Amino acid sequence: MNNDELQTMCKTIREDILVMINKAKSGHPGGSLSATELVTALYFGGILNYDAKKPDWDGRDYFILSKGHACPVVYAALARAGFFPLEELGKLRKLGAILQGHPNALHTPGFDCSSGSLGQGLSIANGIALAMKKQGKTNRVYCLMGDGEIQEGQIWEAAMTASQHKLDNICAMLDSNGIQLDGRVSDIMEVEPVKEKWASFGWNVIECDGHDVGRVMDAYASAAATQGKPSIIIARTIKGKGVSFMENDANWHGNAPNDEQLAEALAEVRAKEAY
Amino acid sequence: MQHELIPTRDGYGKALLKLIEEDKRIIALDADVAKSTRTAWVAAKYPESFIDMGICEQDLVGTSAGLAIGGMIPFCTTYCVFLVGRAWDQIRTTVCYNNLNVKFAGAHAGISVGPDGATHQSLEDVALMRVLPNMRVIVPCDSIETEKAAIAAAKAEGPFFIRFGREAVPVITSEDTPFEIGKANTMRDGDDVVVFANGALVYEALVAAERLEKEGVSVMVVNLHTVKPLDAEAILAAAKKTGAVVTAEEHQIIGGTGSAVAELLAQHCPTPMEMVGVRDVFGESGTGEELMKKHGLSADGIIAAVKKVKK
Repeated sequence: MNNDELQTMCKTIREDILVMINKAKSGHPGGSLSATELVTALYFGGILNYDAKKPDWDGRDYFILSKGHACPVVYAALARAGFFPLEELGKLRKLGAILQGHPNALHTPGFDCSSGSLGQGLSIANGIALAMKKQGKTNRVYCLMGDGEIQEGQIWEAAMTASQHKLDNICAMLDSNGIQLDGRVSDIMEVEPVKEKWASFGWNVIECDGHDVGRVMDAYASAAATQGKPSIIIARTIKGKGVSFMENDANWHGNAPNDEQLAEALAEVRAKEAY
Repeated sequence: MQHELIPTRDGYGKALLKLIEEDKRIIALDADVAKSTRTAWVAAKYPESFIDMGICEQDLVGTSAGLAIGGMIPFCTTYCVFLVGRAWDQIRTTVCYNNLNVKFAGAHAGISVGPDGATHQSLEDVALMRVLPNMRVIVPCDSIETEKAAIAAAKAEGPFFIRFGREAVPVITSEDTPFEIGKANTMRDGDDVVVFANGALVYEALVAAERLEKEGVSVMVVNLHTVKPLDAEAILAAAKKTGAVVTAEEHQIIGGTGSAVAELLAQHCPTPMEMVGVRDVFGESGTGEELMKKHGLSADGIIAAVKKVKK
């Protein structure tokens, strides 16, 4: 897809996120909407190699959603990419659904690892990247983290590991929306300066506007071209992006819109040309 | 009984070397205790098949999980107390929930690790690991059985936990002794009471049985090396035959092997029972032998339990 088509897809994905969380009556819209461009570009911009009809194809690239609560954005992308029927989105969080409240790799085609307990994804991504290197394979590994999530100490253990082993087949993405469940990251446990922190851990750091798909695509290209060290894209984003009453409000970290709020949110998302 | 004394961890190191020679998907990981756990043997012979993760147990488990997703068979190794305690959430949510092919080896387990004291004496790990869906738990009794357990775990799909100690312990099995995951091994037959033991306590149970025989008590000794899946058939048969049960383990009695046996018997064959194990206290510094004796993890402790259950 070109950038215009990606922007249109972002709109569709945002609608899917809002509708599925409304139907489920629970879920995490804020961090799903902030990561929409990162995930849409990954799946539809030709970044991630995959075969929706053969999710375990051994030539695939791997994507680990470390911030597991943002699964609605990935569920929408996987459904739109053809991993499973769109109707499944309507069963999110229901008994027997393939789409669990947090990702379960054994139930959902397209997931390589379950997640939901924060701070673990980067270690898993490193392990896959090491396995690829040990087996002489060129598959790449992507890992999406939240900025609140990097308060977890294990992230920094993994940051050292990736750099120690020169895992240039890893591209981490930091959805830097500045807000966590309890409020502003800076008020609770400041993680800035993230650019300097990751650089000092030996990473190639690429900073970009995380809602500009063109910039996001450039960032992925730059990461793929980097050799000898792991790359991280620090995507500056807005929590709840696209729905003005959700934007920058920690209350929309983990709350579902009711029917009235959904109608308002969808009207706003549909009316926008780009974000 | 005269037996050669060899640390169980040597069996683990031997198994890794054999496995890697056959299958390059096998990889050993450690968290800065490679010399103690014997993964250093792998580092010396097959450096490409070894990763030292540094002092990062959570990352050790997460990286092992990723290696398994990427098609390797990781042996995730460190001191038992830090592996199971520090990284339990990673073991639960990443490895077991995904049913990943990661093999955990908890070294220096139990109170017999001695002088380092309570911080290093893992006495809760069997309880913490056996409660996890998809996990299988093996507590081998000597170096030969540890080697067999590691090889069997490598050949089976899914998560395993193998627990072993530091001290040299008597080698009471041979290459010919049968070993099958989930199959209890009767080491000695008897009619009056059955002792289910694992780890270093199997030897103590055999010593206790010999001494009791001289007093006219016939003791059956069963090596319950696999705590999960439990060999329900063998346990129920032995309990029915003898009508009196003793369990013996180098672990807290809460949640350990004895608890697993009690859960089974209470539901299917309630039987008088005594449990030998650590009684809800932390360990302390001392020699392994002194500590085992103090906590009744010995032939004497087992004999006392047999006498109590037969009263």
